[in-house]
Amino acid sequence: MKRHLISAADLSRDDAVLILDTAEEMARVADRPIKKLPTLRGRTVVNLFFEDSTRTRISFEAAAKRLSADVINFSAKGSSVSKGESLKDTALTLEAMGADAVVIRHHDSGAPHRLATSGWIGGSVINAGDGTHEHPTQALLDAFTMRRRLAGGEGDLNGRRITIVGDILHSRVARSNVHLLTTLGAEVTLVAPPTLVPVGVETWPCEVSYDLDAVVAKSDAVMMLRVQRERMNAAFFPTEREYARRYGLDGERMARMPGHAIVMHPGPMNRGMEITAEVADSPRCTAVEQVTNGVSIRMAVMYLLLGGNEPALSTPSTTSTTRTEENK
Amino acid sequence: MDATPATPARPVLEGPDIARMLTRIAHEIVERAKGAEDVVLLGIPTRGVFLARRLAAKLEEITGRAVPVGSLDITMYRDDLRLGPARTLARTDIPGDGIEGRVVLLVDDVLFSGRTIRAALDALNDIGRPRAVQLAVLVDRGHRELPIRADYVGKNLPTSLRETVKVQLAEEDGRDAVLLGVKQTTPAGER
Repeated sequence: MKRHLISAADLSRDDAVLILDTAEEMARVADRPIKKLPTLRGRTVVNLFFEDSTRTRISFEAAAKRLSADVINFSAKGSSVSKGESLKDTALTLEAMGADAVVIRHHDSGAPHRLATSGWIGGSVINAGDGTHEHPTQALLDAFTMRRRLAGGEGDLNGRRITIVGDILHSRVARSNVHLLTTLGAEVTLVAPPTLVPVGVETWPCEVSYDLDAVVAKSDAVMMLRVQRERMNAAFFPTEREYARRYGLDGERMARMPGHAIVMHPGPMNRGMEITAEVADSPRCTAVEQVTNGVSIRMAVMYLLLGGNEPALSTPSTTSTTRTEENK
Repeated sequence: MDATPATPARPVLEGPDIARMLTRIAHEIVERAKGAEDVVLLGIPTRGVFLARRLAAKLEEITGRAVPVGSLDITMYRDDLRLGPARTLARTDIPGDGIEGRVVLLVDDVLFSGRTIRAALDALNDIGRPRAVQLAVLVDRGHRELPIRADYVGKNLPTSLRETVKVQLAEEDGRDAVLLGVKQTTPAGER
């Protein structure tokens, strides 16, 4: 990771832990009467959303505003994109307006990478979800939530068993999580119907299982994914009822999880499909907490990418992070 | 300090000196704050936090009452953030009762340009409204760049800008000392 956050796979363990530690401090700002820091004053962050999103866009907007950045929201609907403007011309427009960072969500995998490497814009690019590729800040906030609940909010996730269940094929959340959680030392198991497991999964650093009951009993966290109907152009499973029975999480399955284990969901939830209302509303389900943590994580990422004159991630330790005496 | 001094840094104050200075400052605080009843100590990371804790222990010895102590990270309020890569944040830990209407005593190891204290005042502003803010430092080395002065000073150490002052504390460095060194000058002699 240099100036951009495109993929969770680009993050080293130290980078990931630095982001989580920074987010831990950012989270404390939310408890203060004035939930604002002056750190990114005068910087402009553009939210460039080519695909619908509620929580991610609002979360990025809240994060940028808490750091005092100026935020410009751009959604494809009602913009020149619907008149046929290309990604390149949109990017050049943003560059002309002086964007310091572009948060991009796009329906095509690789769009953020194209934006970051094309030379169209000079600022940082943060991937907020591209097609079925990656969603790195979601993986970071999931890891942050797990670290708080399972590891006392410190260090990494060494040896934790994480299970990701559901529509792996269409899930950028799963892909980012597999990379990040493995980097942080966790053991990841994917559980899905064979039709919803992507081709080439054997090259991923994780296990694959088709038997949810067997895996649930030894998981520290179970992450339920939404069945993405809007991306499904074929019959991946016979009926919703059959899917829910074999791969959904209900109260009975949850009871078989270890006592400390948590249930996670990136949202939006399909109650009755991959998760029952009983589980979704139980105190073991961290869905709402994940949304809160999302703001802290995105503040941390923006601070580390934009806070200094160069990003703080993956830069050699030639520059001391402690206060130098000149500045006392 | 990452600039290695050309000549080895020479200790100007040792452990017992530092302990005596802290004891004196603690007595001054009690005298001036009339019993130090509503004082909250906030140390500026890293070494200011340890000094604040030591001062709090001394104050408790003198007054017999526990004094709230916390830490105030000023990283996000610095005026030189854009001059280097984003810095690692330290912990801000405000004692439970907050700082509203109390006397906040900021504690740091070295007072130099005054910019850290300016940042600390800004940070405090976002946390609450203290009745008064005071400053205690172990060493004042001069060369202020802002109209800021300390209320309690362990030692005034006149220095030149070519010198470095480094405070070592047992909690972080394994020993207590104040070291005076000479800054490594750039070969071209820019200064």
